[in-house]
Amino acid sequence: MSAKINQFATQMLAEVISNKKVGPYHHMVFAVGDMASHVKPGNFVAISVGGEQSSLVLRRAFAIYRALDKGPMGGSIELVVAPHGQGSRWLCQRAVGDLVDFIGPLGTAFGIPTVNANAMLVGGGYGSAPLFALAELLKNKGCRVDMVLGASTANKIYAPLEGKRSVSSLTLTTDDGSTGIHGQISEAIPRLIREFGTEVIYSCGPMGMLAAVAKIAEEFNLVHQCAVEESMACGIGVCMTCVIPVKNEDGIKMIRSCIDGPVMDGSQVIWDRKTVMDAL
Amino acid sequence: MSALDFSTKIGSKRFSNPIFTASGCASSGQELAQFFPLTEIGAVVTKSIMVKARTGRATPRMAETPSGMLNSIGLQGPGIDTFLERDIPWLVEQQVKVIVSIAGESVDEYGVLARRLRAVAGISAVEVNISCPNVENRGQVFACHPDTSIAVIEAVRRNIGGELPIIAKLSPDVTDIVEIARAVINAGVDGLALINTLLGMVIDTNTMKPKLAGKTGGLSGPAIRPVAVRAIYQVHQAFPDTPIVGMGGVASGRDALELILAGASAVSVGTASFGNPKAAFDIKNQLAELLTEKGFNDLRDAIGFAHRGI
Repeated sequence: MSAKINQFATQMLAEVISNKKVGPYHHMVFAVGDMASHVKPGNFVAISVGGEQSSLVLRRAFAIYRALDKGPMGGSIELVVAPHGQGSRWLCQRAVGDLVDFIGPLGTAFGIPTVNANAMLVGGGYGSAPLFALAELLKNKGCRVDMVLGASTANKIYAPLEGKRSVSSLTLTTDDGSTGIHGQISEAIPRLIREFGTEVIYSCGPMGMLAAVAKIAEEFNLVHQCAVEESMACGIGVCMTCVIPVKNEDGIKMIRSCIDGPVMDGSQVIWDRKTVMDAL
Repeated sequence: MSALDFSTKIGSKRFSNPIFTASGCASSGQELAQFFPLTEIGAVVTKSIMVKARTGRATPRMAETPSGMLNSIGLQGPGIDTFLERDIPWLVEQQVKVIVSIAGESVDEYGVLARRLRAVAGISAVEVNISCPNVENRGQVFACHPDTSIAVIEAVRRNIGGELPIIAKLSPDVTDIVEIARAVINAGVDGLALINTLLGMVIDTNTMKPKLAGKTGGLSGPAIRPVAVRAIYQVHQAFPDTPIVGMGGVASGRDALELILAGASAVSVGTASFGNPKAAFDIKNQLAELLTEKGFNDLRDAIGFAHRGI
């Protein structure tokens, strides 16, 4: 038996201590006490939305942007939330002082190289959020950190000032060319890998982007860790809905993105849907 | 608070309290153990286990619906061998009461599963899931027909031996659930689990295609609670001596009491655990308080109370 499941997770009411609109996103800070001390880059929290009488019965998973063990308000967790659906809209409407039902930290964390390596961090949209804490950790270990962030348009790139301090270089790409390199993020990466001598890739963002990065990582024979995204009902491993197809000896295996992820070995994930459907 | 006799019985087995997990909503138990001691609830009902390991369906497997959700897992699981080697010993070691849920693709498979369970120490009952809606062919839902229901229960009965109580899990997606209940009771079950999820569907109006990869899924959550109450009420009225494990959208002690008043001897908590991992534990405490508040000293007096004096 491996480590105990959900070993560091606790359930608590977290107080909203800040909620600021940043472009199309909300940067939210929650007072979480001791929960913060167990957070590693890549972990997520599962949040109950809609209030007590809500018809929304399922938790929502949010990647942790940053956790401060001992801030001015004690331990805190920061999230970058895109108000896309009913649940995330409800969360973004919370005011300072409101209490929100948190479970965390959950899931796997990004693995850190044991020796110094040139790392490239690739983020799509607000998927960049968990990469900044990772960048800081890698930088402190002495790794070179090159960050590449892409989005459909300029204001959808989440790249706060304080995050930029931890990176050796920052490259932006937009599909509409409104800032940085014009085009999809995956088109820019091969050249940057050669330029920076990248040895390991970390990625977080939409599944299509992760699949494209996985393909590039394979071509360059690089280690690739990605934080996957699949709809979850519980976040704690009981519902079996958030599974991701990975390779195994029998061809395919469905593993839970909440327990065995969200951070996974990109080379093990079966990205091609047809391959998955054929195997089932 | 005066002492409440909170225990309940299914067949020959007694449980310290009537709140169980629902099959498929607690995985193998270990995931929830971080949030409350599993020994605090009456029993853990494991995810339905099959003979062989099973990959399950493609994603998306889930769609949230008003006060509920659709799931389309397709009975993903490790198969009985791994389950007995890895999951059961852990639960038994924790001294958790375990009800093993089994699902087969054929009558013979149910027999094979029952035979495997007969020698396993520490199990309190077997739930025979003959009503999973997430199968390729609707004709495979054994609980849709009395004949196939009987065949499965007889196969389990023949193979299980001993005194392990058999609980048949039925589907509400039938014209007359009492008729199916009668069939399995005559075939020798010790209890009934009512209800499995209802078959449902969501179409994404953006993509204009079914939201789930498997197209249809099982509807669960508070949205289905009135259906559960109705099914339990009808079956308890017809067979007041057969214990019922009630389930369907229970999210509070009040909801659990509603199912008990309809005729449930025990109540399983399912989808509520997705929103709150401590749900079963909280519901147990709320139910104990409510029963006492209503003047019950013994859970048994509340079972089927809604039928009395009518």
